[in-house]
Amino acid sequence: MHRRDPFTLALLIAPAAVVFGAFFLLPLAELFVIGGSGPQGWAAYASVVTNPRHLQSLVSTVTLSAGVTAATLAISTVSGLFLVRNRFPGRALLLAMLTFPLAFPGVVVGFMVIMLAGRQGLIGEATHALTGGRVVFAYSMAGLFLGYIYFSIPRVILTVMAAAEKLDPQLEEAARSLGARPWQVVAHVVLPALKPAFLSAGAICFATAMGAFGTAFTLATRINVLPMVIYTEFTLQANIAMAAALSFVLGLVTWAALALARSFAGSTVAAAG
Amino acid sequence: MSGSFHLDGVPIRLEGCARTYDGGVRALEPLDLSIAGGETVVFLGPSGCGKTTTLRLIAGLESPDPGGRVWFGDDDVTRLPIERRNVGMVFQSYALFPNMSVADNVAYGLRVRGVATAERRRRAGEMLELMRIGDLAGRRIDQLSGGQRQRVALARALVVRPRVLLLDEPLTALDAKLRDSLRLEIDRLLRTLGVTAVYVTHDQAEAMALGDRIVVMARGRVAQVGTPREIYYRPADAFVAEFVGTMNRLHGQAADGMLALGGAALPWAGPAGPAEVLVRPEDVALADADAHLRGSVAAAVFLGDRTRVVVETACGHTLTVDAAGRAAVARGDTVGLRLDPARFLSL
Repeated sequence: MHRRDPFTLALLIAPAAVVFGAFFLLPLAELFVIGGSGPQGWAAYASVVTNPRHLQSLVSTVTLSAGVTAATLAISTVSGLFLVRNRFPGRALLLAMLTFPLAFPGVVVGFMVIMLAGRQGLIGEATHALTGGRVVFAYSMAGLFLGYIYFSIPRVILTVMAAAEKLDPQLEEAARSLGARPWQVVAHVVLPALKPAFLSAGAICFATAMGAFGTAFTLATRINVLPMVIYTEFTLQANIAMAAALSFVLGLVTWAALALARSFAGSTVAAAG
Repeated sequence: MSGSFHLDGVPIRLEGCARTYDGGVRALEPLDLSIAGGETVVFLGPSGCGKTTTLRLIAGLESPDPGGRVWFGDDDVTRLPIERRNVGMVFQSYALFPNMSVADNVAYGLRVRGVATAERRRRAGEMLELMRIGDLAGRRIDQLSGGQRQRVALARALVVRPRVLLLDEPLTALDAKLRDSLRLEIDRLLRTLGVTAVYVTHDQAEAMALGDRIVVMARGRVAQVGTPREIYYRPADAFVAEFVGTMNRLHGQAADGMLALGGAALPWAGPAGPAEVLVRPEDVALADADAHLRGSVAAAVFLGDRTRVVVETACGHTLTVDAAGRAAVARGDTVGLRLDPARFLSL
């Protein structure tokens, strides 16, 4: 490969740099500046910690997203491995249907949660008929949790399946030949081999859950997650600076959580190797 | 090189073991076979002949069709899954766990058996020394060469003191030179360990070198069972004759104790009438004055220790002949061939 002079290189990278600057760096910097331009000044950034309502919403958002990620990974791993290893009539149709929820807006997902667990929902009607009382959890964290899992599963299961397809079946046979019971094969061989897929799919799942808004907006009322707080600050209080500051913090916390998870996973790899 | 490490090989017996896959494809016709304790048996055949299926039946990775039985000594293991059969298995793809170090790979079988950490570290270390890779204990798998990986795989399979060692084309993924040296090492290992070993390969040189006995298979059936010499010099049928080594087939006419073959007459003990004669390339000699057949050289390949010559005779036969390495033969030359009736093979 022959060398190009720096000028040519700069010229070649210019289009990408312009797009990156215009659509990523500039808006981010603008958001950061706006966040510090309100009546509170730069202290707006500290409000996530100092304002109890904001702090509580941040904690519940992170908890909810982590919970959703864990539950989604668990469900998707079990069903993904099953779908990779078994052939049955209707399998292709089922796989095609799995991608369905990807296309639904959050509002639709929220509506479906209400249909299931709302006041007139399926679960409410069933429990009413059976016990006289109504079980209604659509308008709470539990409803949001259910909705998030619903639209997270397709994102994760397809990644897990792609990774599981590439697993060398002889690895499992080798473990079994050495006396490993089925759960040991899963714990010692299958799950470690799927870890890269868990990391990337989990990251997308977590980040999506952190920023998801439509479902929460539909279920509204008692739900206090950060995207909802940002919306309220922005539209109802017209506190644009605070909304900007909280958005920036939301992005920062998401990034930090993912970086932490990644380095933790990396260190366990090093420890095992 | 084995030191004090010795295994008690159990005999293996297969009774009426067939294997039919879903959809009715018969991978293995009913097979009866006894393998003595400590014996090395090589299953040899082209791909799809049923040799790997047989290995997997012995391993417990597959079950025989109803009626088939697998015995390890006096234990009927037919219903036992592989994890309860106490076998050691070595795969073509090595199948080492990439998330574990070399030492952890070797110790894995002890780990799932609940052996204490210190004890399993000691025994894994011993096994790595036995395979002469003690210095690799702390390495990651992706830092090893193919030959090193297969040594780790052998150490991992042997550390649990298996009743039976099963090897599924363990050398196929290696380059020729490495294959030769590791083959010698496996041979020495099997001789000194005393373990019952079942080895699957499509490479006849490997089969000859390693097997106490060879089971030649074709299309789900056993074509022949015998020592390497029996397989080579007394092939049971045309398939074995062609598959193991190179074989020349000549057609002549027998009468009055003589065989007429392209103008030459050779002493013949067989019955009169049309006769087929089999002869190995190394049993035909290039000759001049006392030649039985004459023909022109269609190809001459210098292999160092010998020159492999393909001769098309005037009587319409094509013979492959192994001449001395220094023999000066070139394409187009006219040569004479001398046959020795004592070296003829019959089916």
